[in-house]
Amino acid sequence: MFENQEIKRIDLPLTSETVRGLRAGDRVRLYGKLYTARDAAHKRLAELLQKGQPLPVDLQDQTLYYVGPSPAKPGYVIGSAGPTSSYRMDSLTVPLLKLGLKGMIGKGVRSHEVIDAMKQYGAVYFCAVGGAAALIARSIIKSELVAYEDLGPEAIYCLTVEDFPAIVAIDAQGNDLYQTGPEDWRRGRE
Amino acid sequence: MRQITAPEITKAVKTLFLEANYQIGSDVSAALEKMRLAEDSAIGKEVLGQIIENNRIAADEKLPICQDTGMAVLFIEIGQNLQISGGDLENAVQEGVRRAYTEGYLRKSVVKDPLFDRTNTGDNTPAVIYTRIVPGDKMKIMGTAKGFGSENMSRCKALTPSEGVEGFKRFVLETVRLAGPNPCPPTVVGIGVGGTLDKAAQLAKWATIRRIGTPHPKAQYAELENELLEQINHLGIGPAGLGGLCTSLAVHIEYYPGHIAGIPVVVNICCHAARHKEIIL
Repeated sequence: MFENQEIKRIDLPLTSETVRGLRAGDRVRLYGKLYTARDAAHKRLAELLQKGQPLPVDLQDQTLYYVGPSPAKPGYVIGSAGPTSSYRMDSLTVPLLKLGLKGMIGKGVRSHEVIDAMKQYGAVYFCAVGGAAALIARSIIKSELVAYEDLGPEAIYCLTVEDFPAIVAIDAQGNDLYQTGPEDWRRGRE
Repeated sequence: MRQITAPEITKAVKTLFLEANYQIGSDVSAALEKMRLAEDSAIGKEVLGQIIENNRIAADEKLPICQDTGMAVLFIEIGQNLQISGGDLENAVQEGVRRAYTEGYLRKSVVKDPLFDRTNTGDNTPAVIYTRIVPGDKMKIMGTAKGFGSENMSRCKALTPSEGVEGFKRFVLETVRLAGPNPCPPTVVGIGVGGTLDKAAQLAKWATIRRIGTPHPKAQYAELENELLEQINHLGIGPAGLGGLCTSLAVHIEYYPGHIAGIPVVVNICCHAARHKEIIL
């Protein structure tokens, strides 16, 4: 089924309607703006929320990309920029979903807490291919610093992407390709 | 006594880490091509296609294969009839790593203190360095840029002698299953067994940098490597963990004689971007 499946164009920021229409296993290409944030930036966002202070980014309808790019070579918008493991952000993600975060891009499994919150608030988790960092960088056409410059590769950037290759890993109904993909493959072998 | 200078070592280490980060080894690319043909999941085939295309772009444009350009780990064999002049080995190696990462547009991923001061050192040093004195007058430098998505999925266990080979196999398979999609499959599974816990850990890292397609010289271990690879590639994890045949490219085991009371085993997983290279001076 996958080889014949059409590739969906998804515009960012996401809408509730778009999120509802996506299913785990959908192949997508992303267009528009998203924000980068990984371990250290998540920690700072969580600290601000604990203190009741505003975040440097309004996350309503936005998508976070878990990435810490390598430095850009002269003439390049960004260095290599593949996804990092998402589970490390799990314990800090639910409050962001509550604030209206609608999309996340990373690689690997998510916790039950995150998946439950994605169902509750209506969010989608895309995966990109880990290690395909030079390929993915080609789809990033603009990179602007937003916050936490001192964090270097872990700072928050606003990226503009075109034709960014991703797959819906977990949809807003809680379907999880990391569960069903391997299960379906094993069943096919029996 | 043959002499080499510290700046020669620095230059070699810099070249090693630049090339390792931009250009995947021919053994890894051959294994990826072979697995793409064997892969029977459509999504798995597409993932392998993206990885192969990525590695081509990285090599052509001299870009890092992966944004996690790793922590630098080196195994250095120093001939006992070789003298280093104009500086010391440790500083020469660290300087080579520093230059590769700061001049080669590689990501700096090392923090000063794991617990109390997680500020970036700014130049990806210090590297982890293992040295061994060997006969001869050459220096063999083997380096790997070790990414942490896979490093974080590594595990160790003190098996009891009664658990033996079966316990060993169970632990390896359990480790790969628990890692699931996180270490960026298809992986290289490096295993160290025997010696002390630290020896097993070092052997496991050493096993990850063995060229794919080079079985263990001892038949029993070579067979065990094959058997484990076969079983791992029936788990269904597949490329990127989205389901499929190809979960690992290789299983490499290294052993050391051990104590009567135990079998330490360390499984060190390496992602498909298995970036290692060697230079002989």
